[in-house]
Amino acid sequence: MSAQAPVAPASTEGATPAASPAEGGLFEPVIIGFTCNWCSYRAADLAGTARTKYPPNIRLIRLMCSGRLDPTFILKAFSEGADAVLVSGCHPGECHYIEQNYKALRRFQLLQRTIQALGIEPERLQLVWASAAEGVRLAGEIARVTEEVRALGPLNWPAARLVDVDGVDLDAAWEATGGDAAGPPEKAGGANPDHAHGNHAAVVEAVK
Amino acid sequence: MSPAAKPKVAAPAAKSAAKSAAKPKLAIFGAASCGGCDIAIVNIHEHILEVAAAFDIVLWPTILDGKYSDVEAMADGEITITLVSGSMRTDETVHLAKLLRRKSKFVVAFGSCASEGCIPGLANLSSSKEILDTAFSTSSTDNPDGIRPVWEYQAPEGVLHLPEFEPMLRTLDQVVDVDYTIPGCPPESKQIWAALQAVVAALNGTGPLPPKGSVLGAGESTVCDECARKRDVKKISRFVRIQQVAAFDPEICLLEQGLPCNGPATRSGCGALCPAVAAPCIGCYGAAEGVVDYGARLMSAYASVVEAQKPEEIDGILDGIVDPAGQFYRFSLASSLLRGSKAAWNDGEKQ
Repeated sequence: MSAQAPVAPASTEGATPAASPAEGGLFEPVIIGFTCNWCSYRAADLAGTARTKYPPNIRLIRLMCSGRLDPTFILKAFSEGADAVLVSGCHPGECHYIEQNYKALRRFQLLQRTIQALGIEPERLQLVWASAAEGVRLAGEIARVTEEVRALGPLNWPAARLVDVDGVDLDAAWEATGGDAAGPPEKAGGANPDHAHGNHAAVVEAVK
Repeated sequence: MSPAAKPKVAAPAAKSAAKSAAKPKLAIFGAASCGGCDIAIVNIHEHILEVAAAFDIVLWPTILDGKYSDVEAMADGEITITLVSGSMRTDETVHLAKLLRRKSKFVVAFGSCASEGCIPGLANLSSSKEILDTAFSTSSTDNPDGIRPVWEYQAPEGVLHLPEFEPMLRTLDQVVDVDYTIPGCPPESKQIWAALQAVVAALNGTGPLPPKGSVLGAGESTVCDECARKRDVKKISRFVRIQQVAAFDPEICLLEQGLPCNGPATRSGCGALCPAVAAPCIGCYGAAEGVVDYGARLMSAYASVVEAQKPEEIDGILDGIVDPAGQFYRFSLASSLLRGSKAAWNDGEKQ
């Protein structure tokens, strides 16, 4: 992950959530991009070799095929602090594995319905087809998605900040920090450093 | 139950009955639950006598007497096994779960509520305000003065405290450390008996202690593996609701007939009772082994078999799933990766 975050880093005084970005600073969303080995990752690669700029907000993950994309990956990204997920693959009819990108399309459409039922805006999950030759177009799409998500603001899913229990009494750990105003304990290590709150070091200490 | 295993348990049970002081202690506690789990335990019929012979039952509010103050007076770890059925809904259930955790050597998340939130977990789709509005202020509610529950009440005799509604429903393992899980809504009685036999055998040294974190009383595969229906067509062109079809083919997979069936993601162990009588699996046995997010696995499975390639056609078919969150997370919302809706979380953050 690049250190591109102008978001106020976790400070010792005043646990400012990322929900309220630093004064005057733009909110920099974290977007997880799933690309396929044969088309969209190569498009991103082409954008790079052609010196085409796109926002560093996206973190690209290469899969062999968009059909490999388990909805679990997307939900995990949301639950651990991503503001949006961009799914990309070969254009319909051009899949290296014949028709697996249609599977990705169906999963995308089904997942859209489910996340909307859970209150997540549809703009936070987007699908973009890109061939290996479409570096400039993919870069433009990444810029568009980044701006759309920037306008929406942080998703900041609270599950990202919960420590999952592993022999640890969470509430006791929380009480031990003496904190009561700012909410539940945060994930040890911080699921999303860009979104880190102030108190988790104290909780980590208490847990130890 | 296997007849061979029966005498193996009965003998040690009789032995421990002889010196009752040495009997291991058992507690069965229902948090936010319907009581169905307790009924399922009693449904092991005459074997319940063997349970009573093997254990000193110190707490079982649904069935026996037993006071929380007695539990508080116990030494830490004095209770050998506590079965917790029910989810963490109020601060009272959270407090009691923590108390029982401290007093128990082994804590078992018993049933769907404790292990994954179950139907009460669907409350995590709504904010506390929406839930209380529905309960106390809908047109069907006779509450002209708009009375709402209060958590503290000043009575002439002193301040009364009522269990306080927590903003998010939690599963047992989101509150305390859990040793074993017995899934099901409710768990099948024969599976309960098998799990109890395994535990008794382990306590008597005649069987291995299951490794911590084990799922007891269930299989590792999916309901589809236990289902006798035939599967061959891998494509479906429509989803139907059960009331829209007069009669389903008795031989063929219900999902292939368009009925949303949760078998592909659900843990085996129930014996595929529902699809056998043409009712779709609704997923009460929870996620199959290795599944991180139940709904994600099921969405993946459904999307794979939808027979359409154009977005509009796909949408047309998916319209047949009228309530996606309810379909995919009916039992597992509270234990899913997102744990609830944004509305519920926002509410939780405020408190």
